[in-house]
Amino acid sequence: MIGVQERTPVAARTQVEPKREEAASEPAVRVERLSAYYGGTQAVGDVSLELSSRAVTAIIGPSGCGKSTLLRCLNRMHELTPGARVSGQVFLGHEDIYWTGVDPVEVRGRVGMVFQKPNPFPMMSVYDNVAAGPRLRGWSLSRADMDELVERNLRRAALWDEVKDKLRRSGAALSGGQQQRLCIARALATDPSIVLMDEPCSALDPIATYRIEELVAELAAEVTMVIVTHNMQQASRVSTRTAFMLAGDDGVGRLVEYGRTDELFTTPGDPRTEAYITGRFG
Amino acid sequence: MVVLLGAATLLAASLLVIILGYIVVRGLPALDLAFFTERQRPFGVAGGGIAPALMGTLIIGLVAGAFAVPIGIAAAIFVVEYRSGRWASAVRFAAELVAGLPSIVVGVFVWAFLVRGAIGHYAGIAGSVALAVIMVPIVGRTAEEVLRLVPNSLREAALALGAPRWRVILRVVLPTARTGLATAVVLALARAAGETAPLLLTALGNIFFSTDLLKPMAALPLQIYQYAVSPYDDWHTKAWGASLVLVAVIAVVSFALRLAVRRGAAS
Repeated sequence: MIGVQERTPVAARTQVEPKREEAASEPAVRVERLSAYYGGTQAVGDVSLELSSRAVTAIIGPSGCGKSTLLRCLNRMHELTPGARVSGQVFLGHEDIYWTGVDPVEVRGRVGMVFQKPNPFPMMSVYDNVAAGPRLRGWSLSRADMDELVERNLRRAALWDEVKDKLRRSGAALSGGQQQRLCIARALATDPSIVLMDEPCSALDPIATYRIEELVAELAAEVTMVIVTHNMQQASRVSTRTAFMLAGDDGVGRLVEYGRTDELFTTPGDPRTEAYITGRFG
Repeated sequence: MVVLLGAATLLAASLLVIILGYIVVRGLPALDLAFFTERQRPFGVAGGGIAPALMGTLIIGLVAGAFAVPIGIAAAIFVVEYRSGRWASAVRFAAELVAGLPSIVVGVFVWAFLVRGAIGHYAGIAGSVALAVIMVPIVGRTAEEVLRLVPNSLREAALALGAPRWRVILRVVLPTARTGLATAVVLALARAAGETAPLLLTALGNIFFSTDLLKPMAALPLQIYQYAVSPYDDWHTKAWGASLVLVAVIAVVSFALRLAVRRGAAS
């Protein structure tokens, strides 16, 4: 059912430098037969896929196809919804994060998340928003180390130049696009190896969207990125691989096709993918 | 219809003005320096004031707040952050019942358990306990509503950073809700500061200065009662003056707390 076809790596090498390709051979995340439920309702059915490390993977599909739910299973946020549960396995490296002894709080420290609507902490300054992750996790850093950490992550989020003179101002006073980049800096500050983005641009204007996309591409050199989007152009612009999900007649979201983005958009292997990307539904 | 509604609104709004205005007019002549610095004098002796009552109300109120605020806020945190289901409804129902208890009943209860029981005599601390019982449901209910107003997206953002739940509550939820929580505390203090019936049965009142919580203690509402039931015009004026001071104290405390919270939020 899952149309994952490993095509010839020659095409891959034209785009990615060999070293990164080597790293990609070891998947950053391996999802095995994952199903997710809200109470008695199943939202995600039996998804298996591997996400390559230091690359951008897009998850696309129409509303209600379970793409956000799948994303929230990758850092154990799904189970925070009352009545929600998960079956199956998610491996980060060699560790199954749903194994009994695993602390979800620790997992969330390693997998960062950026949400649909920019959500900086409104009572905190720009500086404190970036410092929030380390502080909330109880790291004790010297003043100088924290200053350095805040600046480094604001730079990584391409926000430093715009906010360096207003670090003490409220994070809520920034523009929408700046707020979202602040949220990215906040997510990066705990040094996650994976960052999940749940439709990060759906509340932003085209220019702010463009800047976020640029940023996603840059960050992919150091961090594994997973981005959920209902915007197919965005998926084709930022991702190296794309997963297409669709809810069946039973309302359960399943993986229809997963492969290299350029191939999925030009020569989809499944008629439903083709129907979706050509705009016939969704 | 509109005219009727308008008239009712006008009446409701003017009630406050009428009451406040009358208190000011009748109470103002009583206010002089001695009124704030002296204790009650025997009738006929010049001077005399409400100093012990003012001090007693502050002490009894602060101690009551020290009991009630942590309990009320903790209960609100519990039902909002940890158990929003059946537990929350049960706790809310219980809080509503306590809030609905006539305050004299609370006074009788504390009188039986502390004044007649554990302590053995009237005491300021018994008054604090009685006021705390009245304050807990007010703090709890208001704090619950305030905590529910904190957007879930902020909790999610904090949890997604790998924060344990208790740190999310301490460093994100409570600071976000601090203005509302301060309002909850002020509401409860304002309500408790004016309670008379439970204090009659617990703190009793005291015409002397006393800061000993284990002894009878003066309080503004008791002092107002004391002056008001007397047959002397001078004491009646002092009762009005004490009423004015009580209203002013509540207003000043509310205002100061809000200002402090707002300044804290701005920095």
